[in-house]
Amino acid sequence: MEPSARQIQFTLNGRSVTALVESHLDLVDLLRRYQLFGARESCGQGLCGCCTVLVDGEVVSGCLTLAQLVDGKEVSTIESLDADGELSTVQRAFIEEGAFQCGFCTPGFVLMTHDLLKRNPDPDDHQIRDHLSGNLCRCAAYPEILRAVKNAAARMRASLPPTPDT
Amino acid sequence: MTVMRPMPGGQVGRSVPRLEARQKVSGRAEYVHNLILPGMLQVKVFRSTVAHGRILSIDTSAAETVAGVYKVVTGEDIRAIVPEPYYGPAFHDQPVLALDKVRYIGEPVAAVLAEDPYIAAEAVQLISAEYEELEAVFDEVEAVESKAIVHDILRPAGTFPDLKHLVGRRDTNVALDYRLRRGNVDVAFVSADHVFEHEFRTQQTMHTPLEPMVSLAEPGDQSLTIYTASQSPSFVRIEIARLLGWPENRVRVKVPHLGGSFGAKLYIKLEALVACLALLTRRPVQLSLTMEEQFYTITKHASTFRIKSAVTKDGRVTGRRCEVFYNGGAYADIGPRVAQKSGFTAPGPYDIENVSIDSYELYTNRPPAGALRGFGIPQLVWAYESHADLIARAMNIDPVEFRRKNIIRDGRPHATGTPVRNAAIGGVLDHISERLEWSKPFDHGSGTVRRGRGIAIGFKASIAPTTSIAIVNIYGDGSSSLYISTVDMGQGSDTAMAQIVGETLGIAAEDIKIIHPDTDVTPYDMATLGSRSTFHTGNAVKLAAQHARSQLDDLARSLGVPEGTNYGPKDLFKKKYGMQAGNIIGVGTFIPEYKSPDPETGMSENVTPFWMVGGTGVEIEIDTETGQIKILRLINAADLGRPLNPKIVETQLSGAALMQLGFTMFEKMEFDNGQVTNASLADYKIPGIHDVPWTIENHIVEAEQPSGPFGAKGVGESGTFGVSPAIANAIHDAVGVRLTEMPLTPESVFNAIRAAENAPEKD
Repeated sequence: MEPSARQIQFTLNGRSVTALVESHLDLVDLLRRYQLFGARESCGQGLCGCCTVLVDGEVVSGCLTLAQLVDGKEVSTIESLDADGELSTVQRAFIEEGAFQCGFCTPGFVLMTHDLLKRNPDPDDHQIRDHLSGNLCRCAAYPEILRAVKNAAARMRASLPPTPDT
Repeated sequence: MTVMRPMPGGQVGRSVPRLEARQKVSGRAEYVHNLILPGMLQVKVFRSTVAHGRILSIDTSAAETVAGVYKVVTGEDIRAIVPEPYYGPAFHDQPVLALDKVRYIGEPVAAVLAEDPYIAAEAVQLISAEYEELEAVFDEVEAVESKAIVHDILRPAGTFPDLKHLVGRRDTNVALDYRLRRGNVDVAFVSADHVFEHEFRTQQTMHTPLEPMVSLAEPGDQSLTIYTASQSPSFVRIEIARLLGWPENRVRVKVPHLGGSFGAKLYIKLEALVACLALLTRRPVQLSLTMEEQFYTITKHASTFRIKSAVTKDGRVTGRRCEVFYNGGAYADIGPRVAQKSGFTAPGPYDIENVSIDSYELYTNRPPAGALRGFGIPQLVWAYESHADLIARAMNIDPVEFRRKNIIRDGRPHATGTPVRNAAIGGVLDHISERLEWSKPFDHGSGTVRRGRGIAIGFKASIAPTTSIAIVNIYGDGSSSLYISTVDMGQGSDTAMAQIVGETLGIAAEDIKIIHPDTDVTPYDMATLGSRSTFHTGNAVKLAAQHARSQLDDLARSLGVPEGTNYGPKDLFKKKYGMQAGNIIGVGTFIPEYKSPDPETGMSENVTPFWMVGGTGVEIEIDTETGQIKILRLINAADLGRPLNPKIVETQLSGAALMQLGFTMFEKMEFDNGQVTNASLADYKIPGIHDVPWTIENHIVEAEQPSGPFGAKGVGESGTFGVSPAIANAIHDAVGVRLTEMPLTPESVFNAIRAAENAPEKD
């Protein structure tokens, strides 16, 4: 049984790239070809959030996304956040609050926190828990993560003018 | 949050952010799975479908014809590389791939190699095997008498003196029988005012590190390099060299960061298989497990604990008999050490004159069990602290008061005879009861919502005797690196060790580079386990830094630099060599004193270099119509000596307690005739963010370990000790029912409430 490979073109962290992609390949494995290891396969079922990637601005589980489906789309990974050499406010808040131990799940939590704060700049505890409930941390740094999200939200609100359309 | 003052150097006692923090939040931290080697083959494993059986035949012919398959390998093929391919830290009982027999469902039987892992996985589906099925045994108590014998003959590794009596033993599933006899329990029971006897059970669970186990072997010219997610690079090298009959210096083991482990990636796991496959194929070989496969690789012991106590009418425990059965699964792994090293603390942190302990490690036909955050201790504390509450309730004594009356006070001998020093057992108990305002009246609720509170304390000895070696290297410009084989799997050892070097040499911890384990470069370290690194590696690191410091002082003197002159290492090197050049290399070796327990009595005057103490208090709410349990407050406290890094230490306590919360409330490997039926995160639930109690407090009890580096000792497991019994005790307090088997699910609470309504309990 020959795998059916297909040429795709997509934007990866702001750069246009092309790749020859087999039909069974998932997005996490495709990203590995570009030396991007921040999205990681763990549970393999889209339940842990370790493989979180943005496709056209929406968060997806990389392990459940067939690579061919990103043809023509914009893909952003955790590695895009500090492309200019500076960590994002969320990343700095995670460090400040000690919101991780082994770090394996951290990129997923950071990306989901960005996603949350984009939608809701001032989330309460329930909203934070609900939004991050699809991400697992076996080191259980959850209390510190909750603090980091609030810390980042406060900093972002302080530094940005209020946006009327959100 | 505990406020601590840093040491004079400003490094130890400061909450330094993790050295690798930037890499971790940006997805750039180095893990084994980042490594892609040219020509690398991927391995997929064909596994046993029967729990116990003789292998009649393995048909790999169809798999071999799949386009893209490089090779298919069975156990017999492994013999070409290793004639006696059995490995393990305590017993040499585990074959690289099954030989003659299979002993559990999920055991590796054959391996397919291909460049494309999808092709290898497809080919695995085409392998078939025939077995003559044998009677299997799954329960740890039944295993004692069972006719189903998992291993025909016991094969202890020979490196541990207390396993020697097991050499060549036949027709038994008892892989270790540790015994301790102190005083005379039978006399104590006869003369007691009250005797209490209970049985408690725990379920089999799994570590589920989110970075699934992964190992990679790269063959060289008469050499082998293994890149592996392992907590024990030094042990991997020794064991692989032993299997191959090579000197250690031909095997190189490298370990970057680990994506969690908790005891899973310990001793030797996938390394023997990838080593053999790399040598067979002369290609780099990677084996990366799926989450499902981890459930077939290593687990936490299920256990049964029968405990019986003699108590005077005023609540003093005068005798205690402990019978502990650890379900070790099909291969011993480190289980025999769990049964012994944890077994001797089975009576708990209590001062009891007459003690009898029998702690057994049993072979069964389940996936192997090994170390999991606590090394058998949480199973024991679950039982002896549930038992403590039952006694206190039956005698109408306050549970905290009952404990206070019986705890081991400073300098008093433990059951082994070892005097207990620097163990804040009373301090932890007092701290938790104060935070819970234990002496004040408590509102137990009414109607269908009932509230309760519970408390539990436990303690643990350190694994002894074990060795750590560290090297501090100061370079020509005065910057420095620390070389250790301790593995940072998230506990923050890199940062803590840099703080020790920084404090000793007077430099910022952030400026010290940690050279990660590479057995060609970094020195021996027994392993990163059992909360031993802060104490053992920490002491070695301090000695290495002091050694470097004294060489710098000698250099200054030899160069005629007057004392008190502000000459840094850089200036000394420049003065000595005329340019930026040179090294100062400080070496530190640490092994604590230890006395092995007497094989007959289990007694020892020095059984551990230090004690870890941990405890938990909870307030809970129960819906009596559904059995739902809500944890309102979770309060953890521990004696960890002086914290090197208070923030990381608190995260350790909190993380350990929340992990144990999962084992307590819902995690359970379900079995159907030996087949795990929930081997995925879809069916095996681990704690998520919704499971975190709204109030969680973590307290560092004021203490100091004089023999530890800057007064510190281990902390990685202490947060697990008290969680399970504290919750069971709170359930009893809330609704008057006692659960004796984990997990404490809503269903079991509901059933117990209903059963009690039909047959009310006396107490």
